[in-house]
Amino acid sequence: MSVTPDLECRGISKFYGDFQAVNDISFSVPPGSFFSILGPSGCGKTSLLRMLAGFSEPDTGEILIKGNPVAGIPPNKRPVNMVFQHLALFPMMNVGDNIAYGLKRRKVSPQEQRRRVADVLERIGLPGIEKKSVDQLSGGQKQRVAIARCLILEPALLLLDEPLGALDLKLREQMKIELKTLQQTFGTTFVYITHDQSEAMVMSDQVAVMNHGRFEQVGSPQTLYYKPETPFVAGFVGNNNRLRGQVIEAGNGSVKVSTESGQIFHTTSTTHLQQDTPVDLFLRPEAIRIDRESDSLWQNCIKGRIDNILFDGGNSQLLVRDTASPTQLTVALPQTDEYQNLRQGEIIKLGWNSKQSIAFRAG
Amino acid sequence: MSRSAQKFHRSLLAVAVLGASLSLSVQAEELRLLTWGGYAPQEVIDQFEKETGIEVKVTKSNNEDMISKLRATRGAGYDLVQPSQDRINGAQKEYRIYKPIDLSKLETDHFIASMLDATKKNTSVDGKVYGVPHIWGTSGLIANSSQQNLSFNDLCSDDFKGKVSYRLKRPTLIGFAFAMGEDPFAAYNDQKKYAEILGRVEQKLIQCKDNVKAYWSGGDALINLLRSGEVTLAMGWDAGGWKLHKETGKINFVAPKSGALGWIDTFALPAKGKNDEAAYKWINFVMQPEIAAKITDSAGNFTASVGAENYVSKALSNSYKISYNQASLDNIKWYPPVPAGLEQLEGKTLDRIKAAQ
Amino acid sequence: MLRFSGKNLSFYLLLTPLLLTLVLLVILPQLDMLIVSLRERISYGEYTFSLLHYQEFVNEPFYWNTFLRTAVMSIMATLITLLLAFPIAWYIAKIAQGRNKSLIFLACLIPFWVSELVRTYGWMILLRESGVISVFLQWSGLASGPVEMLYNDITVMTGLVYASMLFMVVPLVSTLEGMDDSLVEAAYDLGASTFTVIRTVILPYAMPGVISGCIVVFMLTLGNYLTPTLLGGKDSLWFTEQIFTQFITRFNWEQGAAFGVLLLSLSSLIVWLGLKLSGQSFKKAVAS
Repeated sequence: MSVTPDLECRGISKFYGDFQAVNDISFSVPPGSFFSILGPSGCGKTSLLRMLAGFSEPDTGEILIKGNPVAGIPPNKRPVNMVFQHLALFPMMNVGDNIAYGLKRRKVSPQEQRRRVADVLERIGLPGIEKKSVDQLSGGQKQRVAIARCLILEPALLLLDEPLGALDLKLREQMKIELKTLQQTFGTTFVYITHDQSEAMVMSDQVAVMNHGRFEQVGSPQTLYYKPETPFVAGFVGNNNRLRGQVIEAGNGSVKVSTESGQIFHTTSTTHLQQDTPVDLFLRPEAIRIDRESDSLWQNCIKGRIDNILFDGGNSQLLVRDTASPTQLTVALPQTDEYQNLRQGEIIKLGWNSKQSIAFRAG
Repeated sequence: MSRSAQKFHRSLLAVAVLGASLSLSVQAEELRLLTWGGYAPQEVIDQFEKETGIEVKVTKSNNEDMISKLRATRGAGYDLVQPSQDRINGAQKEYRIYKPIDLSKLETDHFIASMLDATKKNTSVDGKVYGVPHIWGTSGLIANSSQQNLSFNDLCSDDFKGKVSYRLKRPTLIGFAFAMGEDPFAAYNDQKKYAEILGRVEQKLIQCKDNVKAYWSGGDALINLLRSGEVTLAMGWDAGGWKLHKETGKINFVAPKSGALGWIDTFALPAKGKNDEAAYKWINFVMQPEIAAKITDSAGNFTASVGAENYVSKALSNSYKISYNQASLDNIKWYPPVPAGLEQLEGKTLDRIKAAQ
Repeated sequence: MLRFSGKNLSFYLLLTPLLLTLVLLVILPQLDMLIVSLRERISYGEYTFSLLHYQEFVNEPFYWNTFLRTAVMSIMATLITLLLAFPIAWYIAKIAQGRNKSLIFLACLIPFWVSELVRTYGWMILLRESGVISVFLQWSGLASGPVEMLYNDITVMTGLVYASMLFMVVPLVSTLEGMDDSLVEAAYDLGASTFTVIRTVILPYAMPGVISGCIVVFMLTLGNYLTPTLLGGKDSLWFTEQIFTQFITRFNWEQGAAFGVLLLSLSSLIVWLGLKLSGQSFKKAVAS
């Protein structure tokens, strides 16, 4: 490989008693990228992050930062800094002292400290707030100060432990964009853990989906979305309808599935599936077309009645029940004007091509 | 008036009536006695209650505490108190905390005449008598040896280095003054002379501070120190010595060469006492020889009751006979009333002794 | 015209008991003490205004020294208590879990289930020449004769610290429990050593608790009577002992009251100085 990755993990495992929190994980993060670890709570992502920061040591495996193994190096000696979930700004210090804390520990001269603090505050768009107390800052400002406190030390890696979790929705949306911008301006490698797939998708260059201590799939947000490799990824990343069924005809990459309620759908699969294999079929709500009159030809077609309209602006959805079976599908409702007069109880046609759904062996 | 208000007023009235009747009954049935430990044994109290129906409530105390308590309440809270005879005169002049005793209500035949006369004289203010004698005793030495020929000066001797205890209170100053050949009682009314004597005693006590294991403050503490052997010579009360003698057969009270210091604890009526009749009844009751002997057995000291010694337990009269012969009895120095101002002088002397390193 | 709205009225009603207690039990007795301290006895029942008893305090080095000794010992006891209580408080607040936590807390509380007198006598039973420890030392051959461990300043200090522990641990635990653990991790992560973390993060954060604990312990120690008197023996010199002596054994209420007023003002002065020196405000310490 031409460039040394900023972070490389080789076969990391961590046990707490009999419980294996992290199970043989290997990955690497190239310099300057935004890497997210996405998983439900309890999946082991925090344990992994704490090992990177040095608060705990892996039981097996090796962590390399900029190509150097860091085993046995305590957090205060690692070229890694961490933004905590609740930010952990020191309440008894003002903003300037908070940001200069790390520099002071490195015995940087006071003038130099002041200059660099002013500089970093400028770069995060909050110039001149050194003398403010932490309590006077808004949620978003605290966020940026906490990040500045780490970035001023120019770490090889910045670890972020769900720092947006405590913010309200509006601010969170805004901070997603700001974090991404900050990462790009500073060019520091970010390792970000979250359980919120939207945060991971919006900001990251690479996302690792983690479950039960393992990485299910590592890839770009698009890859995870369009080409999930496991049913967990398919279910966790983005929304999905899940239909239980059985393979009735196996082909080359494409299969025919009969669902439990008897519908026959054409779909794709990443692995070769034998006939009669029980499968889960995943179908994204936003991949389904709605048709009212025309008889367009889709590979898969059903007729359904609108059970409910879940209006949520751009994220509005329809709950549609198959007229011939109890199957209910969630369908994204495009906000184009032809669908604005859809009513509950109306019978509509739904259709999608086989490439837009995917089947996995039922687990 | 609304119904609830009426109800409220009625219950208020009921409470008031109940409270009044309660306090009345308390007044009629109760004797509140402020006294020394052992002066009112349960056996005697029970007998008294049975005979008179008056309930006796005892609070244990000492001289200073009695005066402080009465001073704080201006003589209220108790019906009968038992300060030492030399502490009545000054306190009465200063704080007016007692009322005169009506001697006609007492069976004076029960009192040893000489003691009654002396007490009457010492506790008189403006021609009125404020105290009658109850229990007398002495301060002297308690020694863990059979040596009889001891003086207060021995408290400073090397033979007992680190094994000595006494109180930092006025009897110690007076005892040492006598032992040094002075007569502090004669100097009571000559403050300059008295201060001079105190100065010499102070010097002596500071010099021999190293000898002291601990200054004791309560009789029980002293008895513990002696019993455990941590202290072998102490200045203390005869009763304590006799108690230890009964227990150990070895430790005993010794009348010092310069004479033991004699005190008489009295009966006195607090100025705002509520039940004088009960108080007189109690005095007359406990001065009967048989009852007085019971108190002697409990307190360890003898009373001013005529003939009580005939009823006292064998062990106690035995210890008493070892400690005293006629000569040492005659040599007892009885405390005269303390004139005002002396305690101030003594206080400073004691402070300086305490502070000396 | 003064009008009480319902809200106002309930406010005053709620305030009344507090005010009554404050006035009747705190302010009035103190005022009375002040008045008593400012009079001089002329003869039986006759008094005049005078500063005599304050002059006495100034002129008699013995009183002065006793006060100084009391203050210095109290400050030392406070600092020792703080040093011992901090790790305990840290353990209770941050490390111990569930049962252990309540057990340790209980251990700090147990001494207070018996009265101070009993506690002090407990120490005396252990430490006296014929006491448990002395007997044990002789039995085990570590000492050839009886060992007297009572009646010295070290014993007094031990007793004082023992009696104060809880009052230091409680405010420390409550401030430390409020501290987010990630503050410590953040400081560590930003390059601080363990010592620096304590100095720059934990101590400043716990400062209000430290101050309020110190004030309480200092005041309690300064005002303690039994422990220094009983454990100190013949050389115990404690200012409250002076006050007690003046009031109870000397009947010199005036001198005792003057000492009382002096103790209150001098101890307030020391607390104020302590707050100034540590750069803390009383308000913050009380609020913690």
